[in-house]
Amino acid sequence: MLADRDRIFTNIYGFGDAGLRGAQARGDWDNTKALIEKGRDGIIDEMKASGLRGRGGAGFPTGVKWSFMPQEIGARPHYLVINADEGEPGTCKDREIMRSEPHKLIEGALVASFAMGAHAAYCYVRGEFHHEINCLQRAVDEAYEAGLIGDNACGSGWKFDFYVHSGAGAYICGEETSLIESLEGKKGQPRLKPPFPAGVGVWGCPTTVNNVESIAVAPTILRRGAEWFARIGRENNTGTKLFNISGHVNQPCTVEEAMGIPLKELIEKHAGGVRGGWDNLLAVIPGGASVPVLTKPICEHVLMDFDSLRAERSGLGTAAVMVMDKSTDIIKAIARLSAFYKHESCGQCTPCREGTGWMARVMQRMVTGDADVSEIDTLEEVTKQVEGHTICALGDAAAWPIQGLIRHFRADMKKRILDRKANRQAAE
Amino acid sequence: MTADHHQPSSFAFEGDYLEKAKWHISKYPEGREQSAVMPLLDLAQRQHGGWIPQAAIEYIADTLGMASIRVYEVATFYTMYNLHPVGEHFVQVCTNLPCWLRGSDQIMEACKKVTGCSNGQTSEDGKFTVLEVECLGACVNAPMMQIGDDYYEDLNSASAEAVLRALQNGEKPKVGSQSGRHTCEPAGGLTSLTEFYPDGAPKAGGDD
Repeated sequence: MLADRDRIFTNIYGFGDAGLRGAQARGDWDNTKALIEKGRDGIIDEMKASGLRGRGGAGFPTGVKWSFMPQEIGARPHYLVINADEGEPGTCKDREIMRSEPHKLIEGALVASFAMGAHAAYCYVRGEFHHEINCLQRAVDEAYEAGLIGDNACGSGWKFDFYVHSGAGAYICGEETSLIESLEGKKGQPRLKPPFPAGVGVWGCPTTVNNVESIAVAPTILRRGAEWFARIGRENNTGTKLFNISGHVNQPCTVEEAMGIPLKELIEKHAGGVRGGWDNLLAVIPGGASVPVLTKPICEHVLMDFDSLRAERSGLGTAAVMVMDKSTDIIKAIARLSAFYKHESCGQCTPCREGTGWMARVMQRMVTGDADVSEIDTLEEVTKQVEGHTICALGDAAAWPIQGLIRHFRADMKKRILDRKANRQAAE
Repeated sequence: MTADHHQPSSFAFEGDYLEKAKWHISKYPEGREQSAVMPLLDLAQRQHGGWIPQAAIEYIADTLGMASIRVYEVATFYTMYNLHPVGEHFVQVCTNLPCWLRGSDQIMEACKKVTGCSNGQTSEDGKFTVLEVECLGACVNAPMMQIGDDYYEDLNSASAEAVLRALQNGEKPKVGSQSGRHTCEPAGGLTSLTEFYPDGAPKAGGDD
């Protein structure tokens, strides 16, 4: 288990003062100027060496992403955009950072922006997080007041502004190019890549979009060193991570743990175990709604990191662990997610716009059993027609949970259809 | 559109709302004022009692130098903008998977019992609108509902009813966890950060 001294988010439960004074007492803003004096290359090299992979779901190495920004600042200013549009079902970690550890985010934004030649960062927060937006804005005001950000941030000579921008309820804006569109004051519909945001991002300028957690851990990594961070977890899956454990556990919670912690240990040690005991476990969705479900035999041994979960044909995603015990109607659970994706499809690409609706309707029939057994194959085929055929990953995200369901629970789906048929015939 | 008689003939930001609108616009680079369209729509909704009239869309378009159809497009794309009147208390119940697993169906029933409203309905006295919504990002505190700006978390039928009855009676129920948790810590005692909090989780504060 991760030792308390290796935890980055020591106020994640908000027991302490989230304001500047409390944050400074916990080590935030401690000689930030020295971090900036490492220089752009120094910071990026350290981040690369730490092995930090993006905490928003895709797991792309953060330091490498930062290095994609143009070396020289040309006529177009550079921007850091922070993705706080936390909306992946199961995920509620960035919320805790913004309300309890906002200064880690602001300090991280300063060093990240400096490393990328950006003088401004925009933090795009989902609009429903009204209180979190207020907490973050309060911290931003404090940081300006104390000269930590502004014209001469931390006395470094670097001008840095931090702006909070609120969204208004659209899951799709968690996708980086759609977030950029939204920040420009448009409908949040994803852009084709290339051009990538590092070349042409917000307002046509070089932009990097990072998740809240990726940015918030940066100052601690730079202070304690890449080597410290890289020693935690496993090779290629380093460091600590915030996990959200929800659903049928005795004590749902958020906890910072080492990457690669066994799923079973995570659930038993921190979430009080599965309701009714471990043997009452049916399945776990380990990384937010879009990753395929895992069955109990896999949950016995799987490690919670990018590569281990990928090896089980699922994913770490946002590390949002949704636990389902044997009382769960798993077909209905996945159908609920299909309804979600139908609701959130932005409608731009035909396979997603039509496909999410079609899949949701068929899934609804799978719940009641009003289908033909052959339709299970048709459904799987359609998920493959959607997957990989859209501008953004929402189409994939809608396809994967259904694929996971069919892979692991085909027998249950078939049984429901046959039972329903038998019932109907008995009635006639 | 049945609600046309509600539409005011004009709209303009006033007082604090005007100041806030200027502040939002100032966040974006010169020539990029359009970026303020979302915060301005939100302000308009707040000033106008929970929904955005047609006149506000025209007004915001003028303010930001946008075609009004572009503002309308934004106002219809995002779910948080109401283009029709809603109840005094806008109750949004998350029914996505983590909340459903922990009983969001019962929370919808509690809403029906207290307010008389099913999904999408507004009570006759205009006090409540009840709506099923997608994930609100408080999954380890499921089930939960948002009323106005506030999250009410760790609900069950009884506590959801209590919150709604309090609002019905003009009281202000405590925001946040309804089961006594501070935020997202495990309810049965800390499993991490015990070096910092050897005496366990402090009692829930009630701030923010």
